[in-house]
Amino acid sequence: MLRRQFSPSRLRESVVEWVLFCCSSVSIFVTAAILFVLLIETVIPFGGVKPFFGHVSMWEFFTETRWTPTFSEKHFGVLPLVCGTLLVASIGACVGLPLGILSAIYLSEYAKPKTRGIVKPILEILSGMPTVVYGYFALIFVTPYIVQPIFHSLLGLEVDSTNALSAGIVMGVMIMPMVCSLSEDAIRAVPRSLREAGYALGSTKYDVSLKVVVPAALSGIVAAFLLAMARAIGETMLVAIAAGNNPRLTLNPLKSIQTMTTFIVNTTKGDTPSGTIEYQSLYAVALCLFVITFAMNVVSHAVMRRFREVYH
Amino acid sequence: MTPPSRVPPLAAPIASAELQQALTRKSAVRPAEVVFSSLCLLAAWSSLGILCVLVGTVVWKAGGYLDWQFLTSFDSQRPELAGIWAGLLGTSWMIFLTFTTAIPIGVGAAVYLEEYARETWIVRFIRVNLSNLAGVPSIVYGILGLTVFVRMFDMFSREGIITRLSGRHIEAIVIAGVEIPLPFGTTLASGALTMSLLILPVIIVATQEALRSIPPSLRHASLALGATRWQTVRYQVLPAAVPGIMTSIILSISRVIGETAPLIVVGAVGFARFAPGKIGSLKDLADHPSGLLQAPFGKYTVMPVQIFNWVGQARQEFQGIAAAGILVLLGLLLILNGVAIIIRNRYQKKLRW
Repeated sequence: MLRRQFSPSRLRESVVEWVLFCCSSVSIFVTAAILFVLLIETVIPFGGVKPFFGHVSMWEFFTETRWTPTFSEKHFGVLPLVCGTLLVASIGACVGLPLGILSAIYLSEYAKPKTRGIVKPILEILSGMPTVVYGYFALIFVTPYIVQPIFHSLLGLEVDSTNALSAGIVMGVMIMPMVCSLSEDAIRAVPRSLREAGYALGSTKYDVSLKVVVPAALSGIVAAFLLAMARAIGETMLVAIAAGNNPRLTLNPLKSIQTMTTFIVNTTKGDTPSGTIEYQSLYAVALCLFVITFAMNVVSHAVMRRFREVYH
Repeated sequence: MTPPSRVPPLAAPIASAELQQALTRKSAVRPAEVVFSSLCLLAAWSSLGILCVLVGTVVWKAGGYLDWQFLTSFDSQRPELAGIWAGLLGTSWMIFLTFTTAIPIGVGAAVYLEEYARETWIVRFIRVNLSNLAGVPSIVYGILGLTVFVRMFDMFSREGIITRLSGRHIEAIVIAGVEIPLPFGTTLASGALTMSLLILPVIIVATQEALRSIPPSLRHASLALGATRWQTVRYQVLPAAVPGIMTSIILSISRVIGETAPLIVVGAVGFARFAPGKIGSLKDLADHPSGLLQAPFGKYTVMPVQIFNWVGQARQEFQGIAAAGILVLLGLLLILNGVAIIIRNRYQKKLRW
């Protein structure tokens, strides 16, 4: 009969397994730590310090239309920041989504392998570009050479030197590679038989792409869209450089605005002392940002799982 | 009785020339098709155009500012004297410290998930959590680092819990002559730890992929010869997966190099006239080698933060300086990606499963 005997090698095996398990549980600790850190400054009183929502009511936070945490007359309405964030992100989506999805269709349905071999690395370079570079590009090139000539010189509108439009356009360029590669994955996962059935019925490439492949890959494309939007909402340096630092509730993309991320990065730069309400407002905004992007990520992954189940 | 069905009249014989024409005529192409396919083409190639314009703008703006003096000097209020040396050193330190903490944990986690884990609820939870963590905005990691590493929950402040419990206000501990401030404050250590948390999901997912590409037969052979699970991983699977892991790690270095926002939050300074540990040249290294140990606990800057600082300067010349900085940054990224591609190609040829 075999007996489980104590041996150094068996001990080593279990120690190793335990250590490796600890490594992989670090990711859970990170998530827990993020939640804990955000909640103790905003909702849960910790160490005798009154949290942010002890000073400012949730109602005020979500309905007040002014955001002036550093002024002597303080107002904590997150709406201008959320509005600025969504403005830039939706302009980004308007630019990045069509570009990304069309290039994904091109790469998977039309392009020869050789063309793919050229376009794919370019997209990889674009997606690996540091976001400060995109910010610089928006500020130095897009605003003075594209946005201002069109909207100021041609249409006579007033354009701020930092504005939501330039940041949004470049945001679109930034998310395009991501949309493209995720949608391409979704499109490639559509079984060949569907395409061949389409061609056998006499459809052209156009019909097959638009009426068979894209609808079949739609949930994958939606997931790509959500992930890209989450990325655009969480993007910091691009908007900090090119979109301005001026919290205001406006839908005019030619004005300088402030996003949630810009507020965080500019306020911590000033080294706000901890325990003050300005400092806590950082966490309130970060919590808001975290909840929005986390929800979008969760939904997107759920959609993607559903999509995979359909074809596997 | 049903009436006899009428026989359709035979079609008039078509003149053979007409038939020929009908058969060979191309069907009219719908305009929508042409428009759509050219839109697709345009969208895909627009990336090339954008890249050219982007790089062109930077090169044009950087004209005259990128020289040896720029690479080897510290920052300055005067644009003609400003340089990126502090950022280059800071970025190198950042890469080194980030990856010495992130690689063991990341590779360990991936090995557990791929080689050991059974499908229990906790493993499933870790997997889902990993993909969600990868989508958390980097600035949120900055806030995490600010609280956990820079301030350490204010435990060491005058009213902090440690001060109350121990009755003393601890500001730093000294280990082997190295003064470690508590809390870490806005030091390189805080930045590197924050960065390693940020990069962890990337490393784990990439290493998992590298491990998955190793065929199971390799593991089976090793186990069949009596090797234990850890011996199989340690001596067979990991060595075979090294090229894949290396490639992904080099690619995630480029993420660390470009990441800016969390480092601003955890206090990388924008204007630095010093090197980490006061080691800015080989002569400094010879003079006080102990600076190497002190460097992680001092203030620092990194390249993208310097660039951000220059972009925000009022004087026009600093836009040129910023462009020069961007070129250095892009050059470094190009080199790293080149190395990654070389490693990938080299081993792809060598290893055929």
